[in-house]
Amino acid sequence: MYDWPILSVVTFLPLVGALLIVLMIRGDDEVAKRNARWVALWATLVTFVISLLLLAGFDSTSHEFQFVEHKAWLGEIAAYRMGVDGISLPFLLLTTLLMPMCILASWESIQVRVKEYMICFLVLETLMIGTFASLDLLQFYIFFEGGLIPMFIIIGVWGGKRRIYATFKFFLYTLAGSVLMMLAIMAMYWQAGSTDIAALLKFNFPPGMQTWLWLAFFASFAVKMPMWPVHTWLPDAHVEAPTAGSVILAGIMLKMGGYGLLRFSVPMFPDASAYFAPFVFTLSVIAIVYTSLVALVQEDIKKLIAYSSVAHMGYVTMGIFTLTQEGIQGAVFQMVSHGFVSGALFLCVGVIYDRMHTRDIAAYGGLVHRMPVYATLLMVFTMANVGLPGTSGFIGEFLTLLAAFGRNSWVAFFATTGVILSAAYALWLYRRVVFGPLEKESLKTILDVSPREMASLVPLLFFTILFGVWPQPILDACNAAVNAIVARADVAAGAIKAASLVLP
Amino acid sequence: MTFTLSALGPALPELLLAVSAIALILFGAIVGPKSTDTVNGLALAALFAALVLVILGPSQAVLFGGSFVLDDYARFLKVLALIGAGGTLVMSVDWLKIEKQSRFEFAILVLLSTLGMMMLISAGDLLALYMGLELMSLALYVIAANNRESVRSTEAGLKYFVLGALSSGMLLYGASLIYGFTGSINFGHIAEAAREPSLGLIFGIVFVFAGLCFKVSAVPFHMWTPDVYEGAPTPVTAFFAAAPKVAAMAVFVRFAVEALPHVAHQWQQIVVFVSIASMALGAFAAIGQRNIKRLMAYSSIGHMGYALVGLAAGTEQGVRGVLIYMAVYVAMTLGTFACILSMRRKEGMVENYDELAGLARTSPVKAFFLAVLMFSLAGIPPLAGFLAKYYVFLAAIEAGLYALAVIGVLSSVVGAFYYLRIVKVMYFDEPAAAFEPMSTELRAVLAVSGLFTLLLFFYPAPLLSAAGAAARALF
Repeated sequence: MYDWPILSVVTFLPLVGALLIVLMIRGDDEVAKRNARWVALWATLVTFVISLLLLAGFDSTSHEFQFVEHKAWLGEIAAYRMGVDGISLPFLLLTTLLMPMCILASWESIQVRVKEYMICFLVLETLMIGTFASLDLLQFYIFFEGGLIPMFIIIGVWGGKRRIYATFKFFLYTLAGSVLMMLAIMAMYWQAGSTDIAALLKFNFPPGMQTWLWLAFFASFAVKMPMWPVHTWLPDAHVEAPTAGSVILAGIMLKMGGYGLLRFSVPMFPDASAYFAPFVFTLSVIAIVYTSLVALVQEDIKKLIAYSSVAHMGYVTMGIFTLTQEGIQGAVFQMVSHGFVSGALFLCVGVIYDRMHTRDIAAYGGLVHRMPVYATLLMVFTMANVGLPGTSGFIGEFLTLLAAFGRNSWVAFFATTGVILSAAYALWLYRRVVFGPLEKESLKTILDVSPREMASLVPLLFFTILFGVWPQPILDACNAAVNAIVARADVAAGAIKAASLVLP
Repeated sequence: MTFTLSALGPALPELLLAVSAIALILFGAIVGPKSTDTVNGLALAALFAALVLVILGPSQAVLFGGSFVLDDYARFLKVLALIGAGGTLVMSVDWLKIEKQSRFEFAILVLLSTLGMMMLISAGDLLALYMGLELMSLALYVIAANNRESVRSTEAGLKYFVLGALSSGMLLYGASLIYGFTGSINFGHIAEAAREPSLGLIFGIVFVFAGLCFKVSAVPFHMWTPDVYEGAPTPVTAFFAAAPKVAAMAVFVRFAVEALPHVAHQWQQIVVFVSIASMALGAFAAIGQRNIKRLMAYSSIGHMGYALVGLAAGTEQGVRGVLIYMAVYVAMTLGTFACILSMRRKEGMVENYDELAGLARTSPVKAFFLAVLMFSLAGIPPLAGFLAKYYVFLAAIEAGLYALAVIGVLSSVVGAFYYLRIVKVMYFDEPAAAFEPMSTELRAVLAVSGLFTLLLFFYPAPLLSAAGAAARALF
């Protein structure tokens, strides 16, 4: 498509920005801080613009990988392979879009060690884009795991009061899940003779082996998603992370789990996926109902949104493991939409946290009197979180529920109660924070959203509404790729059915 | 059989070290204490010259009727051992001077011990193995007690000596059993004779392995490590951690693979157990440590466990994994000890890792490199330590050692906790008083090892191909 390695450029450009900050900016005074911020903003913006070229050159009718790059790297063990298809491209663009907003959101709220902060975010961006663009298993794993290091530092240095506990829990939980996946990658290498994802997607692993490989991959992605009962790191990490850290965690890092399930678990181990689908349904439904109930009783705004993220990811896993076109497309859509909506919600929390330095719901009330614009923005995002038709949150939930209904009406029934519960906790949160009389002295001088904050919220608002009324771009982009996944799953399901016919 | 001097060519690096050690002893004894600087410089030059000779020298030779084997395997590990010895000598000269422990014998003992390591790495029969091992160990016992006014240091030396002598005895006993049941001490001949496992042979293997496990400090023969690491002067600890482990691991692998290929099933069980026990103990026991030298002792026990995973596989892939692991391990150890050696305040050295508090703000570059090394020791990608772990576990999976691999990676998660804690102390805690500035030598070692660890993934081909060629030499 392009005669230059566009994916490598998009991936490593933020790293170049980080190197620039390391090499060019000295000292810790105001000038250095400002320069670091601007370098980071420009690096992420340029990355975003270049990533739009990917969109322009993308052929959505093909399920093949595009913009493919290939270089020798680790001998016979692994090679450097890049490429995107309809499943990874939306996530890649989501990453490049959210990053400039994260930098903007940290513009004033981060005042100590600004240089290091920006370096961490730029390195993290490289690792996240690399995760979505890798076409080699080992390379994927390196990017996937490498992201832990900057996130560990971000939560640990710029986080809240219990940041040390939260960041250790985040790191060790995720690492423990991932090392088993590393062993599975090795076993796949010895079985298939390659770590090339494109080749592995065509390889048929023996069904007995698939079960173990599936479990190992699931251990990693279920923690990352996170699924009940291994979700407990998420509320801690979200609450303690700085605003931009929460945005990245909720907006992108959680999606790595869903992306991994779609990229590896389902198409590479179709027999095991069909076999384990009821198990995943059970976990998803528990996640949706249980974490929604937990969200109802939270007193910390961020914690509430964190639990609601777990519930929303429950729809994603449920949709993926229906193994149908609507279910998987709905899951992709739900993930992208959740990237916008939860990112925006955390940014909104950041706006009032920067002013009041508390996340207690009880500390707010009646903000609409002083902050009308903020109240409007928050309302749209809250509605999107609930899944109101007309917002992007609706499409994903509807498609996944539709698909789940086709598989098992009980699963759909319980999952739908989650929609009601999410309306309850989200609207109740909105009422307690925004409506009511403005009684608290501390709130009487609070200022409305600043232009800088608008700059990071308005694009998200735009996309939330746009994809709510016109979901076609995302659905079309992933259509062909999802088709290929479903075709493989159907073959496996057919084989299972055939086997059950033969057996008495 | 006529003897020509040129036939000794392949052993030139060893001869060089031996001759320079003897010459430097004479020089030091005649000139007295003020010769220390010259001796240090010349010893370093000798190590460097030996390194050059190893790299440029012949790649294939057998001397002394099979006692001395030179192949790619030996060359790879000799380079590592020389880098480890040279690196620690560079770091220790200045340190010993400041601590007033500077003696000209120190560098000479390092030379002699390195000579022992090189003999050990090239050992082709049991006698050469024992000779190399003793030459290396005797020198090590003495330098452990280098600080002779300190009770801790002399205790470390004595403890190491008593336990080391015991392990040498076991090794010798095992060697005699193997000789008795196979009729030869040459590795190749043992391999031919030992086609069927007999009870006597297995006894012999167990005893020899016990002796070797002691030298690599693998569980359950690790007891000496934390005490000796803590008691010995820090540069000596760095030396213990880097160089002798390479040599002992080298001969361990060579002996197991070359002499006992037909009874692999028997010794594999031993190695699997030792490996699991070392990884688990290294991970759990280090959690309670506050002293960073003790912590590194447990960390090195754990790392030997990971390296042994490759040997447990017993394949060419596994040996390659061990070699890559040892190379990365030496680099990481040197860098970490460069930091530990620089933990000095006006009132003296500190060894508690809490003292690193807020290092990221008092000296950001040093903190960055130490953090890189800690993440690498924990095995987090994209750092070198991950590559090393990946290769050994890859071999274990190929050999079907699934339980070993699963226990290994899970214990690496436990181990990650205490490496992370050091990062936490440096980055998240409020700064403590700053350390004295680092000397140039320490800076250089830290920068080289940190950059190697950080950038290995961008261009790993040379290390991988060198290790691959070295592993092929054994099969």
